[in-house]
Amino acid sequence: MSTVKDRAPQPAGSGLNDDIGEEKRLALYRSQVRLREAEQRAYDLFLQNLVKGTSHLSLGQEAIAAGFAEAMQKGDLSFCTYRGHAHTLARGVPVEKVLGELMQRDNGLMRGKGGSMHLTSEQHGVMGSYAIIGAHLPIACGAAWRAQYKGDKDVSVCFFGDGTTNIGAFHEALNFAAVWKLPVVFVCENNLYMEYTPIRDVTAVEHPAADRAASYGLERILIDGNDADIVYRTAQTAFAKARAGEGPSLIECLTYRHSGHSRADPAKYRPEGELERWKQRDPIKIYRERLKQFGVSDQVIEEIHASVRKEVDDATEACKAAPMPPLEILTTDVYADGGWAWRN
Amino acid sequence: MAELTYRDAVIRGIAQEMSRDPDVVFLGEDVAKAGGVFKATVGLYEQFGPLRVRDTPISEQAILGAAMGAAMTGLKPIAEIMFSDFFAVCFDYIANEFPKSRYMSNGQTKCPLVVRTGNGAGSRFGAQHSQSVENWCMMIPGLKVVAPSNPTDVIGLLAAAVRDPDPVIFLEHKSLYPTKGEVPDGEIIDTLGSAKIVRPGKDATIVALALMVPRAIQAAERLKSEHGIDCEVVDVRSLVPLDTQTILGSIAKTHRLFTVEENPRLCGWGAEIVSIAADEAFYDLDGPPVRITTPHIPLPAADILEDAVLPTPERIVETVNRSLNS
Repeated sequence: MSTVKDRAPQPAGSGLNDDIGEEKRLALYRSQVRLREAEQRAYDLFLQNLVKGTSHLSLGQEAIAAGFAEAMQKGDLSFCTYRGHAHTLARGVPVEKVLGELMQRDNGLMRGKGGSMHLTSEQHGVMGSYAIIGAHLPIACGAAWRAQYKGDKDVSVCFFGDGTTNIGAFHEALNFAAVWKLPVVFVCENNLYMEYTPIRDVTAVEHPAADRAASYGLERILIDGNDADIVYRTAQTAFAKARAGEGPSLIECLTYRHSGHSRADPAKYRPEGELERWKQRDPIKIYRERLKQFGVSDQVIEEIHASVRKEVDDATEACKAAPMPPLEILTTDVYADGGWAWRN
Repeated sequence: MAELTYRDAVIRGIAQEMSRDPDVVFLGEDVAKAGGVFKATVGLYEQFGPLRVRDTPISEQAILGAAMGAAMTGLKPIAEIMFSDFFAVCFDYIANEFPKSRYMSNGQTKCPLVVRTGNGAGSRFGAQHSQSVENWCMMIPGLKVVAPSNPTDVIGLLAAAVRDPDPVIFLEHKSLYPTKGEVPDGEIIDTLGSAKIVRPGKDATIVALALMVPRAIQAAERLKSEHGIDCEVVDVRSLVPLDTQTILGSIAKTHRLFTVEENPRLCGWGAEIVSIAADEAFYDLDGPPVRITTPHIPLPAADILEDAVLPTPERIVETVNRSLNS
């Protein structure tokens, strides 16, 4: 049985040249900073009324998106939820494409036809962001079934929140994946709240995903989701298992979202001091200290911040300058012939 | 030519497509080793093996979700939902996922799959295993919806559905499974979105679907012999895409329109056809269009009760005769 404790990182000794290594650690840090900066910018753009509709940020949860994405290979597939900006960006989708979609511009990932909750970039392996809770767990099973059937080695990785563990599709998918031994990795981001209600108030077990793993014959995996090294190593283990034909994994990552559920939510339901305590465990703060522990210089760290800031600034300007989508796309791509005709 | 049941036509249709394309896979509850609760998939497991014909748990969301994930990434799945009434427990995929993913992703996501299901009444199964749910599906942009009325159409339309790049809901009528028809030898491939005039006539157009097609044909024969009314019967076959040209062409010839629908009255497909006729063929019509439907009630189980609510040849004869002679 795995617990937070026995999956703790073991730095020291070999400097940056441990199992993760310098290059990957810098990539993990850059990714987390990039997700933070891009989402912080999205929030700032709401305040200027340049991002419309709804939006669900992953501020504070970046280590999970970065850790899994950095462990993925080209060809591996991500299935995300409506809280999917971070997972989309972490697969290498340009900030401009994501901000453009949030800002409803023609340069957006889907030219404004999907919006914040449906980010999709198949060329980056991002197979969609799903806004109906639980819907994408069975879909990820299907993509994994194709890999199994065709003998492909890619893994389907399915991210969801703690609230998803109480919907039927979660249980159907877990059983299905286990019975068919599919190469799919289910990642529960437990940020302690299903929307506005504490997950513990509405769930029969303490750990909504990990404590249910045994029901499907799976190992109980509960990790610190704010430590990118732990996330990365756990992902590698699960992916190796999937690629070896040994079936699915269910991983519960403990984390905390710094913002409310959505832009409309000031998160006043949180007990006093909880956010501040979790901010002490901010994944970027933890990782910056880790890098310094390994001897990475402030200059290298600052260069990462500066180049990320430049990408986000440039993207913002490009989106502000981009036109709105043309009305001609209203009726495109309803059907595979590119159009919308339902009659002759 | 060979005589085949509608049930055996389903088996032959699936086998034809699985033999043609190794990316066609099939999943559902009791479909593999047991051959399906309606025995409409017997022998497929033996012919195509356990990797391509797979039994699932009773998990309709997992069945449709898995079909979608496989379709998005390169397979051509056929998924079975045992009774169409069960669409209600996996409707997210039918209403939100299959039909919207291509549009929302601005054309990135594909979803070439077929959902086969046992639809319709006549088996005395009561209100939750007998419904005609074609109108649940027809109202959703992005889906295609097909309902064959005879064995040859089962094979040809199933082939067209499997080869189609869009998600297709394929409604097999449970009461038609034992019915027989002459079926040509060799590969059969039909076209989605084409209605068929199954009985030509000049006095009135009767538009019908699935089980209502043989009933409309029977009614037309009686209207001719008993009342001298010569009806043209149009088998819609495909609700989406809808072949309005064949229907409007028939109205232009007969000047009268009747629809025969098994679904409950409100928002049935016939209402859409009547609306199109009102918009586009108003001056061709010599009288008001008439919808013959199941009343707007849940379906009862007992023979005598179920038989009283579905449109019958008698009710069609009476309605058409009264309308034309009033």
